[in-house]
Amino acid sequence: MDIHEYQAKKILSDFGIGIPRGGIAYSPENAEYKAKEIGGSRWVVKAQVHSGARGKAGGIIICNDALEVARAADKLLGKKLVTNQTGPSGKIINRVYIEEASDIERELYLGLVFDRGSECIMVVASTEGGMSVEEISNKKPETIIRSKIEAAVGIQEFQAREIAFNLGIETGLISRTAEVIEGCYRAFSELDATMVEVNPLVITKDKHVLALDCKMSFDNNALFRRNDVSELRDKSQENPSEVYASDRGLNYVGLDGNIGNIINGAGLAMASMDMIKSAGGEPANFLDIGGGATPEKIVKAFKLVSSDEKVKVILVNIFAGINRCDWVAEGIVQALQTIKIEMPLVIRLAGTNVEKGNKILKESNINYIEAHSLKEAASKAVEALKKIEVK
Amino acid sequence: MSILIDENTKIIVQGFTGKIGSFHAQEMIDYGSNVVGGVTPGKGGSTHLGLPVFNTVKDAVKETDAEASILFVPPSYAADSAMEAADAGIKVCVAITDGIPSHDMIKVKRYMRRYAKSEKMTMIGPNCAGIISPGKSMLGIMPGHIYKKGNVGIVGRSGTLGYEAASQMKELDIGVSTSVGIGGDPINGSSFRDVLARFEEDPDTDIILMIGEIGGPQEVDAGKFAKENMKKPVVAYIAGLTAPKGRVMGHAGAIVSAYGESAVEKVELLKESGVTISKNPSVIGDTIKSVLEGQL
Repeated sequence: MDIHEYQAKKILSDFGIGIPRGGIAYSPENAEYKAKEIGGSRWVVKAQVHSGARGKAGGIIICNDALEVARAADKLLGKKLVTNQTGPSGKIINRVYIEEASDIERELYLGLVFDRGSECIMVVASTEGGMSVEEISNKKPETIIRSKIEAAVGIQEFQAREIAFNLGIETGLISRTAEVIEGCYRAFSELDATMVEVNPLVITKDKHVLALDCKMSFDNNALFRRNDVSELRDKSQENPSEVYASDRGLNYVGLDGNIGNIINGAGLAMASMDMIKSAGGEPANFLDIGGGATPEKIVKAFKLVSSDEKVKVILVNIFAGINRCDWVAEGIVQALQTIKIEMPLVIRLAGTNVEKGNKILKESNINYIEAHSLKEAASKAVEALKKIEVK
Repeated sequence: MSILIDENTKIIVQGFTGKIGSFHAQEMIDYGSNVVGGVTPGKGGSTHLGLPVFNTVKDAVKETDAEASILFVPPSYAADSAMEAADAGIKVCVAITDGIPSHDMIKVKRYMRRYAKSEKMTMIGPNCAGIISPGKSMLGIMPGHIYKKGNVGIVGRSGTLGYEAASQMKELDIGVSTSVGIGGDPINGSSFRDVLARFEEDPDTDIILMIGEIGGPQEVDAGKFAKENMKKPVVAYIAGLTAPKGRVMGHAGAIVSAYGESAVEKVELLKESGVTISKNPSVIGDTIKSVLEGQL
């Protein structure tokens, strides 16, 4: 789960990390008022969307008086911000963060992630703040500092100090910088985060160490014990179909193609998408309805996939193990009695009691194209699509 | 032979008396697995499915000499149960549970470092379908009948995609020595490489099928291991050629975040390691067949 910059700043500030003075605003008037409240003579108005690279997309505006702050907020609020991370449809800006502008002396990069290779928490730092970590590793890989933290004992002071010295921090600010690194580590480990990124971490001209921008992501599997984190979820930043799916226990990711998929199991779902591509088509979605493939889930899956306007053909591929094909077939028949599917439907069942399952489908009055293998299912779906396109 | 489990392996079920635990325990018993009892804290001393229930894994091991366990414990307690099994001297533990927090899995793996290699439990999963040595024993939730006994070792992340592969193989009359599901989570008990090493030592396994997917470094590491340390051929299929970058594809671990983690990159790197690639999921069986026949 991702959260907004202002939420991540609040969390990091609670862990002792310095942040510029700032406040959230929901309207231009609100923004102007906040600017005056914060004080000073320069402010930054920042669109709060779940994406990086907001600056390049026009989502961050520097202002020199309070009226400009109001205008900037007016320009951003209610619009969709399209960055290189949001996809072409962009993400809605429902709030802006007003922050005092900082006089920057140095910009650094600081990130914490799980390192899957060593199964440790990895601190990644660089002297080249402001660029994305991908950019840094392409352009200035020699500046990247990595430090593995053993989760059972946590970060040690010397490790944080070493990172600070390696970043070339001046002596007077070493312990302050080390505290920032330790604070980020504690936030990561105490809140079940999967990523903490402070980019840039700045040294200001008046010698403060501040988190100027930051991002945090959390382990969805740990939200059951993190109420404070769960309530930070902002569904307006997620794809509506994906929200619909996750609220119903389905795993869905929208894609750009036009062949809709209903599959049980994540691996089989990815494999089916690959097979569609290999047959010359493009998948419209990834959808894993879970190993069980219960009738209720099949109904929800049909509703979800058929509501996508891009979808012209639906491919159902269920490998029934413990739950038998006859049972799955009954679920499909039931589902198609509740919702009408007007487009071609290719169904491939496999596994336990497959003959019984196919018999149930055949004897029902549903209109579908039967397939017996993964390959046949994909090529029949692509064929059906071509027929529609010819018409 | 087979790896990890055979017909003699004594099995206990953790989370035995729950609905899911009971169902799959019965399936395992029906398959012929040597299930000797189960653990549900607070229900020790009772009998379930005709087998004894214990309060702790230690009690169960003491009374039954169990060597393997399978976890059907909810995500919030699963890490604790795995550590309990390790401490009780269980040798192989399969965690079926989906949804264990990554921080908990890191804790489990760190906890297990206290044991000497010879004493250390092998954990398989979490978020997996388990292990089956066809005709001998099933320590998992797969439909046992789709696996034919034979000489191909399977190791994969996904449950249903593993079934797809096993059934393609069965159609071609190709059998399986052992199939191991290592699960779809980012931090798991055993890696592809760990399981490949076991298959290399197993006299009944002649060739290994590795079913990987996007995300993480394990498939590529396993390829390097195979090139440097294995004589047996490895066939691989990597799912997710069409998966977008930076998105979680169902499995918590199926996310491309670095170089070498996309399916295309993994395929390239595996080819460099001499692994034979099944170019799409419909030819997994055929690819194994041609390697077995030495026609490639």
